[in-house]
Amino acid sequence: MKKLMLLAGLFSFAVQAENLAVVGGYTHTLSAQGSLQEATILIKDGRIESVKSGNEVPSGYRVIDAKGKIVTPGLIGAYTALGLVEVESSAGPVDAEFEREDYEGLGAAFDVSYAINPDSSLFAISRIEGFTLAASAMLDTGTLFQGRGAIIRLAGEQPVVKAKAFMSLALDNSSVEALGGSRAVIWPELEAAFEEAASLKGKPLGVSDEFYGTLSRADVNALIPVVAGQMPLVVRANRAADIRQLIALKQRHPALKMVLLGAIEGWRVASELAEANIPVILDPESNLPYSFDQLGATQANAGRLDNAGVLVAIGINTHNIRLATQHAGNAVANGMSWLDGLSALSLNVAKIYGIDADYGSLEQGKVADVVIWSGDPLEVMEAPLVVIINGEQVNMDSRQTKLRDRYLSLKQDKPMGYVRP
Amino acid sequence: MNIKLKPITLTLSAALLLSACGSEQKASQNPLVEIDKDPYPSTYQPLPQQKTMITNVTLYDGVGGQLDNADVLFDNGKIVAVGQDMQIPEGTVVFDAEGKWLTPGIIDVHSHLGVYPTPDTNSHSDGNEATKPVTAEVWAEHSIWPQDPGFSRALAGGVTTMQILPGSANLVGGRSVTIKNLPNRTMQDMKFPGAPYGMKMACGENPKRVYGDKGGPATRMGNVAGYRQSWADAQEYIGKWDKYRKEYEEGKDPTPPKRDLKLETLAGVLEGDILVHMHCYRADEMVVMMDVMKEFNYQIASFQHAVESYKIADKLAENKVCSAMWADWWGFKMEAYDGIRENIPMVHKAGACAIVHSDSDRGIQRLNQEAAKALADGRRVGIDISKAEAWQWLSANPAKSLGIFDKTGSVEVGKQADLVLWSADPFSTYAQAEQVYIDGGLAYNRQNSNSWPVQDFELGQPGEGDMK
Repeated sequence: MKKLMLLAGLFSFAVQAENLAVVGGYTHTLSAQGSLQEATILIKDGRIESVKSGNEVPSGYRVIDAKGKIVTPGLIGAYTALGLVEVESSAGPVDAEFEREDYEGLGAAFDVSYAINPDSSLFAISRIEGFTLAASAMLDTGTLFQGRGAIIRLAGEQPVVKAKAFMSLALDNSSVEALGGSRAVIWPELEAAFEEAASLKGKPLGVSDEFYGTLSRADVNALIPVVAGQMPLVVRANRAADIRQLIALKQRHPALKMVLLGAIEGWRVASELAEANIPVILDPESNLPYSFDQLGATQANAGRLDNAGVLVAIGINTHNIRLATQHAGNAVANGMSWLDGLSALSLNVAKIYGIDADYGSLEQGKVADVVIWSGDPLEVMEAPLVVIINGEQVNMDSRQTKLRDRYLSLKQDKPMGYVRP
Repeated sequence: MNIKLKPITLTLSAALLLSACGSEQKASQNPLVEIDKDPYPSTYQPLPQQKTMITNVTLYDGVGGQLDNADVLFDNGKIVAVGQDMQIPEGTVVFDAEGKWLTPGIIDVHSHLGVYPTPDTNSHSDGNEATKPVTAEVWAEHSIWPQDPGFSRALAGGVTTMQILPGSANLVGGRSVTIKNLPNRTMQDMKFPGAPYGMKMACGENPKRVYGDKGGPATRMGNVAGYRQSWADAQEYIGKWDKYRKEYEEGKDPTPPKRDLKLETLAGVLEGDILVHMHCYRADEMVVMMDVMKEFNYQIASFQHAVESYKIADKLAENKVCSAMWADWWGFKMEAYDGIRENIPMVHKAGACAIVHSDSDRGIQRLNQEAAKALADGRRVGIDISKAEAWQWLSANPAKSLGIFDKTGSVEVGKQADLVLWSADPFSTYAQAEQVYIDGGLAYNRQNSNSWPVQDFELGQPGEGDMK
């Protein structure tokens, strides 16, 4: 067992990616090919060369046996702060949070791509559970916008796959409270910000350009691609009334690529969301009225939205983004179809962030992010056996597996510090 | 803060039970003062019920056994018979549960429902008396809002009993209370009859963070000094009352010691009436606390969270201290940084008492899944535990740590009929609690939406009566 792990470890540091063949697995491609009982995925130069039924492997590929196992695309953390936080409480700076008393900006200009740390222990802990990519964003900024998030890969020294990938905005109760307490104040500010950004007609302000708006140059420039519909706008909102306001906002600015985050009462406006083509990132287990904007909370939310034709993604967490598989399983237990539950962890996330040409399904030409599971990935007792990121099989060690291996036997003839797992 | 403190002297003297029982009162003596240990007695009543038999079910009995095609008969709140192909007594409601699973009701030893209810507004935040580091005098039951919607959610997850604890801001946070999860009008209506009290203590980061600039403790050594001084004070207090009773028995007319609610609870621990449940993450701190326990001669019933129990599982077994753990929470603070997924099975393997707990109004709804994850993680590193054995983490072991295992926590004849009927193997994500019985009464029936409990807060609000 240990030797196998060591071997896998060597491969992950291979300079040149080898050709891989994942053979014989029950393969959920999430593409037009559907789910194939027994398929072979060929991987070359980090990309998927082909996905075909059967077990045929040409020479020159290292075979990874997936017979009797389940194969899926790599999962994508739908909304995380991975790379921006190691330990949140009383443990030094947390790049996902910002607090400066006299800060007056809107927060739109923040850019997490400068802050992602691929040495974070959370990367290995998440990737060995099947998460190969994640959207990473600031969580708590005390500003109207939480700035620009990034799409990151959970392996390698250059984790940022797409910088400035989306803009975050928070309009849920706790964010409204942090901003002074009234939607009646915040909404006109938001409208004004969009108006100023739109007035630039796609041309960013230079330092010497005249500008009579109220926003800082950095903020207004950051909002230009948002109002132009080139950058998804992820809006945290929960109550039905807020969601209706957001649908109306999109009607006034039809170019906006709006995505709802949270959407606890989304099910109450499911058909309107579907009609407005607004996808949702949610936590399907949230079923308590934590505040007055979450009174309708139910575990049926994901299934109801899905059935209404809304594109649903699942996975809001950071340290335990790995539990999104369980969240999706509970969404399925409460009315979502199984395949949509799996898509909510991968393809749907890729679609939301506009990276589905490269990620989210097992298709020829896409980046080879592939996971072999011991069984149904949405079942709590199953786990990944093999994880391939960007065409490379990753080592299945993490800080946690090392701690585990050190302490598996407490009977040692020397202090634990001398015991190398 | 604008908190008005009521004068408490009147209430206090009213609570003193003036009694002549026990010692004979002489003419020259005032009545012996004894303390009423149950001033807020349970008014719990089980639901109306009929003699019921669940048949053809796969049973995890909660004490390590599995019985296929099992029949379980219960009547008058108690389990009457467990077997196979049993005779059906006359007048029995029979529920054929072929293809389903039956388990003891889940017992969560770590909940803040009612004291940190939803909506979690500031006005509802009643779990931490964070005004001084030792508040053994407060009782969680005096904060419980029985209308917390979280109770009904936990019920739908198969939780029949739970311990409500004060928070972990303080070295000694106050008394906990064990309740039956049958939502009702008052805390007393939910209180588990005959369950001993617990007392919450906390190690590590929380107390030092909360009190670091409020007069201390500011360090872990300050924490330990705080516990030790509290126990020393409690010893002295016990001595004063012993002296009073002794002199009374000798025919003297001593003045009773001034009642001290804080020391009364601490003394209750030293006298073995109250069980200590201690929030502690780090292995080294737990071992220090087990030495404090020996120094002052009390028993810690459980470490709560116990994220590093796997590092000292042998010592926990030796000292008979349970660990109440999450399956996989980690990293939110330094003392949770070494959390691993195999903690629960590694504690179990060492022969120590392992408990799956929630500390969460969400986690409490899926404790079966938490056990399933831990079980699978253990098996993957060669810790071979059966599902039936693992169910002990959810019922028998928590019941033992709460001192109620003589009453509930297993499907055995004579135990309270606290049962969950699952739609599928409860170690699956897709399994739902279909029927939940508390003391033989059907408290939750997933198939009948009209029967679901709706809390006062939820009436007239969006989603009233909806599937949650």
